[in-house]
Amino acid sequence: MVSEIRDERVRSVSRLSRLLSRPELGAAAGTVLVFVFFAITAGSSGLFSAKGIVNFLEVSAQLGILAAPVALLMIAGEFDLSVGSMIGFAGILIAIPAVFWGWPIWLSLLLTFAVCGGIGALNGLAVVRTGLPSFIVTLGSLFMLRGLTLGLTRGISGRTQVSGVHELALHDPLNSLFSGQVFSGLIAGLADIGLIGKRADGLPSISGIPVSIVWWIVLTLACTWLLTRSRFGNWIFAAGGEANAARNLGVPVARTKITLFVMTALAAALFAAIQVLVTGSADTLRGTQKEFEAIIAVVIGGTLLTGGYGSAVGAMFGALIFGVVQMGIFYTGIDTDWFKLFMGAMMVIAVLFNSYVRNRAMRSR
Amino acid sequence: MFSLAKLVKPALGLLAGFTMMAAATTLAAADETRVVFVTHGQSGDPYWSVVKNGMDDAAKTLGVKAEYLAPETFDMAKMAQMIDAITASKPDGMVISIPDAAALSTPVKNAVAAGIPVIIIDSGGSKLTHDLGGLLFMGQDEFQAGVMAGERIKALGLTKAVCANHEVGNSSLDDRCAGFAKGLGVDVPVMNGVIDPTEMKNRVIAYMTAHADTQFILAVGASGAEPTLAALDELGLSGKVKTGTFDLSPTILQAVVAGKMEWGIDAQQYAMGYIPVAMFDLWKKYKIMPIADYPTGPGFVTKDTAASVIELSKLGKR
Repeated sequence: MVSEIRDERVRSVSRLSRLLSRPELGAAAGTVLVFVFFAITAGSSGLFSAKGIVNFLEVSAQLGILAAPVALLMIAGEFDLSVGSMIGFAGILIAIPAVFWGWPIWLSLLLTFAVCGGIGALNGLAVVRTGLPSFIVTLGSLFMLRGLTLGLTRGISGRTQVSGVHELALHDPLNSLFSGQVFSGLIAGLADIGLIGKRADGLPSISGIPVSIVWWIVLTLACTWLLTRSRFGNWIFAAGGEANAARNLGVPVARTKITLFVMTALAAALFAAIQVLVTGSADTLRGTQKEFEAIIAVVIGGTLLTGGYGSAVGAMFGALIFGVVQMGIFYTGIDTDWFKLFMGAMMVIAVLFNSYVRNRAMRSR
Repeated sequence: MFSLAKLVKPALGLLAGFTMMAAATTLAAADETRVVFVTHGQSGDPYWSVVKNGMDDAAKTLGVKAEYLAPETFDMAKMAQMIDAITASKPDGMVISIPDAAALSTPVKNAVAAGIPVIIIDSGGSKLTHDLGGLLFMGQDEFQAGVMAGERIKALGLTKAVCANHEVGNSSLDDRCAGFAKGLGVDVPVMNGVIDPTEMKNRVIAYMTAHADTQFILAVGASGAEPTLAALDELGLSGKVKTGTFDLSPTILQAVVAGKMEWGIDAQQYAMGYIPVAMFDLWKKYKIMPIADYPTGPGFVTKDTAASVIELSKLGKR
């Protein structure tokens, strides 16, 4: 019985040091650092009230929905710079058939997810077929999609914003899936016993948890499962680590990458669906710079820009840091002219701290 | 027998026909007035979209050829190159916006020197227009419009205000905020916003949480106004904390009708697109040109007037 003999080449690793070597550890530490900073500078200002927490979580959630699949794609060694433009494009695809052609919202949502998934597949195909860097291919799609969005919208509506989605979505079966609130009853109960503050008009300060936050958590968990518990996850790491070696071992590198491009495109469509149904309007400028924000969140989360290493949970922490820093400054009372300086500095400090903690953890192994 | 003449004759006839057709098209092209817009506003911007609609409508109605050019980003060097390139193509008239006098003065002067009539719209102002040899200035003096907004708020007895700017660094939006503070007569902090509607809304919520004594929020464009309305709704402050905005959109007009917003300031920028096309057509045909500047705004759209322009806003005319 060979299996009973311990192979001396396999080192036994304790649970603790396994935990310490997880890519998201540094990001978690960075998150704690950012929270401590705001607890000190803005602790009593309402940032950590129910309203304040939902406030930054909503921003984090929308970014996090993008960041989870972007993390997977970056681990596989590719970039998708078209997700920001895809958000604008998807928003228009939802709004125009509904507002101008009288389609039910659920149908225009289906169309949007189908078209965006298709464009994602085209991105992926272009990358694996041409062998061009995905940075270049998707930079091309970034501009093409933005131009297509503007041309279509102005051609059909004569404007660049399409509003009036709210009224149309009111009774749509899919509306609450993207723009709804969850745990409303629980929140009302907590407000009754005084755990959640009330507004001037007596209503609870929040009416529920935006459903985007649920999407964020579910997507992150799904991506984590995919990455760490499925065969597809091994393919992702292999494709990003050393694509040729992976191919020689029989990993379908091309198919893996195309699938991941479809996933990032679908995440952009989901982002757009949430934003269009929550705000009730679509705009050709939506999603501007989101591609970079998603990459920032993923990198803060400990994923390597070169691929082969990273995690979806890390991207979640990255998005959380981003959201807290984005909103936190407004509670500190600092003049908001300094906003970008402050945000950039916080980001760099969080990433530095992140890599410091990770290096310490790796050394102790 | 093979005859060269038999072949040559129809060939010559064909050639003559082509030449005449070509001459006819050049003649038609020379008759048609050609107007080119070079502005700093991307046509993706809802404000400039209305300008472009005005231009398109005038061109269609009057049978004039009109083109709209703008750099994809706020890039003055590129805009200067565009003006130079268009000057070289000798249009019958150029319509230019001047958000940065230092960068654009020389190309505008060159266009004037090349004998091209120039109308300045939106930004640049009257004095600069005439210094550079432009025929006239059309637009809204943003600072002055801000002053008028501030005076209206002062008249309501409000003093604690904030300017929610979704694009700090854009000089005409900064002018709106600065004019507002002047008109109100007190310091008005500027809240740094973003284009993203979720982040913009949540920043307004955060700002209002940290500055609960704020009585009035001025938005400087539709991209800031719609999230501001949503934020006040969420905070349960709709109608209690007053708000007003520059520029219009269907959502803004509905809010004005519902009393959730005091007013929207209309720069009537459709006119900035439409009228220069008509003016250059008259100039080319009859050498007619108005002799004075043409202020298009500020037009305050209030509860009494908002309902009547909602449909026009949906069509991109207001």
